[in-house]
Amino acid sequence: MAEVTYLEAIREALVEEMDRDENVFCMGEDIGAYGGAFKVTEGLLGRFGESRVIDTPISEIGIVGAAAGAGHMGMRPVVEMQFIDFIANAYDILTNYVATARYRAFLPCPMVVRGPSGGYVRGGPFHSQNPEAGFIHTPGLKVVYPATAEDAKGLMKAAIRDDDCVLFFEHKYLYRRIKAEMPAGDHIVPIGKARVAREGKDVSIITYAAPVWKALEAADVVEKEDGLSVEVIDLRSLAPLDDDAIFATVRKTNRVLVLHEDTRTGGIAGEITARINESCFEWLDAPVLRVTAHDIPLPYAPQLEDFVLPQTSDIVRAVRRLAGY
Amino acid sequence: MANKKGGGKREGGSGTALIGNGRRSAATKAESPDSRFPISDSPRPSAGLTRDQKLDLYYWMRLTRTLEERLVALYRQTKVVGGLFRSLGQEADAVGSAFALERRDVLSPLIRNLGSMLVKGATPLEILRQYMAKGDSPTRGRELNIHFGDTDRGFIGQISPLGDMVPVMAGVTLTFRMRRQDRVGLVYVGDGATSTGAFHEGINFAAVQRLPLVVIVENNGYAYSTPIEKQTAARQFVDKAIGYGIPGAQADGNDVLAVYDVTRQAVDHARAGGGVTLIELMTYRRKGHAEHDNQSYVPAGEIDRWAAENDPINRYLGVIRESLGATEAEIAGIDARVAAEVDAATDEAERSPPPQPLDALVGVYADPPGERPLWFREGSDRAVDVNERAEGWGTWSSRTGSA
Repeated sequence: MAEVTYLEAIREALVEEMDRDENVFCMGEDIGAYGGAFKVTEGLLGRFGESRVIDTPISEIGIVGAAAGAGHMGMRPVVEMQFIDFIANAYDILTNYVATARYRAFLPCPMVVRGPSGGYVRGGPFHSQNPEAGFIHTPGLKVVYPATAEDAKGLMKAAIRDDDCVLFFEHKYLYRRIKAEMPAGDHIVPIGKARVAREGKDVSIITYAAPVWKALEAADVVEKEDGLSVEVIDLRSLAPLDDDAIFATVRKTNRVLVLHEDTRTGGIAGEITARINESCFEWLDAPVLRVTAHDIPLPYAPQLEDFVLPQTSDIVRAVRRLAGY
Repeated sequence: MANKKGGGKREGGSGTALIGNGRRSAATKAESPDSRFPISDSPRPSAGLTRDQKLDLYYWMRLTRTLEERLVALYRQTKVVGGLFRSLGQEADAVGSAFALERRDVLSPLIRNLGSMLVKGATPLEILRQYMAKGDSPTRGRELNIHFGDTDRGFIGQISPLGDMVPVMAGVTLTFRMRRQDRVGLVYVGDGATSTGAFHEGINFAAVQRLPLVVIVENNGYAYSTPIEKQTAARQFVDKAIGYGIPGAQADGNDVLAVYDVTRQAVDHARAGGGVTLIELMTYRRKGHAEHDNQSYVPAGEIDRWAAENDPINRYLGVIRESLGATEAEIAGIDARVAAEVDAATDEAERSPPPQPLDALVGVYADPPGERPLWFREGSDRAVDVNERAEGWGTWSSRTGSA
């Protein structure tokens, strides 16, 4: 079987689920004839027609609200934020309306909100964001952020079949940079389960999305130069968090680095650190460290963006500090 | 904007006025023949209502008012644990519009639309339990006042952020169209909600997709304390229809038959594939935003004038006496039936139990269906062991707090 990119894997999932269930449909800006800003939905219009691949006005509130209403009536909409940065426009309707619907009104909202996320692509302040932390704070939403092509496909299929709203963050740096052969058959990756991306015994790096690859690079560096064995946990799902996987790696290595591309203050690393503190305090041989972006709107120039976002060398430095604590 | 100053009755006639014709730009699209509002010379739909149906309109308005009056009494006894929102003086717009829908159609009410929910099948018992935060209320004590729904009966629960229900109802009606169902949606907003982004995005999306949706703007003069002059520079809210390329109509919201007529025509238009209509119903909010609001911002005499000269129930009583020949005994019989229903519902609601605290932790997600209580909540020891205490976890015991 041929290898497919992270982007093509997402498209495969959409096509397979739309073939499987006629209630699945797509909405978004420029997703039809144009195939989406990054071409994730390319070809879908020709295959499924205008009634199931709907080009919308520039209206994130309208798109998300309409998805909720369709979800109430039994549909399974998949809506695209052209860049995930624009999900901020829909923050009210996602957090106040969608997230509360089942609890306050027994209204199902089976829907997926997906979009290109993340930096390292010279996208500047409004095409590079990682706003996931704002949503894991909201009960009622699920959040996934795959790092591999296999997980991109399997999580998308799981998200579409989930009976609640799933925010599906796609890392645009990974869209065409990574490839994999897709597992055969109906490939589903369950939401809420982390993955051990690399086994190790000295230090754990807990991370997700594009930084998983930087963590793996850093693990190679410290193995070669320091003889350190680093375990890398790819969370895959951010809400719900896989506490079992997090606590297991803490108990295994006793030294933990939490790594993410989002800014530091209020980022998910803080939550993970707090959970480790509450449940694994006595297993720690060193303070839990964070490597994150600086608390800065993401700048455009390569010299600035690379300085603000976490880099492999930052991770190496943090791992060495943990190992030597 | 006469409703702000006046208190005078509006013109009778069809009760509707054609405002704007939804003409599209000729540069991009030929004018479609059905882009004009279809109702101007059609007969009044209310002429087709039976005598019983017309008496039902009175029943629903009276039930709305009597139920709210009962809620005021319960509020003063502190049995309504939160705020109380009245629709006094607006009963006709809620009842007349909902009455224009078929059973299979779906509406989304706003806070002044208790009447539309009753017409759609919500019961006084549900309303009372909901306001009194009972465990067997429609939301099991999770949500306030009339914030609840039932898709089977055809009404969807609103939320407090205004305008949000417009895009949601766009999605509901999008589904009707995708499934080729003969169903129409109706969404209510107030004058204030027309200023929100959600209103704009929702109605524009629905208009572009020509969805079977009716959008009712209830112009009751105030959004909380803000008068309409501070809400919009538009001459009237119905003018906004032109900008969306959809038909618009304005009607006297205190004339229940006029409300029925204009809504029914828009519903028929939507059902026939004509797309969205914006209806502005002119009415007046005689009580404050909620029961706590002393309405200090209202000019002296304005409320009294509306109460004396333009009460929708009094006006309709005149209609049913004159044109239906309803007798005083007949009217008293309806009033007695309403009072008995509200009394019985009150007794039953008062007997309802409060929710159990642990119920709070169930139902945020389909999967997992519930949360375990956090360790610091008394009585949660077992849950701590199961949920939070990692395997092989240290020496400290959460159960005893000692080593």
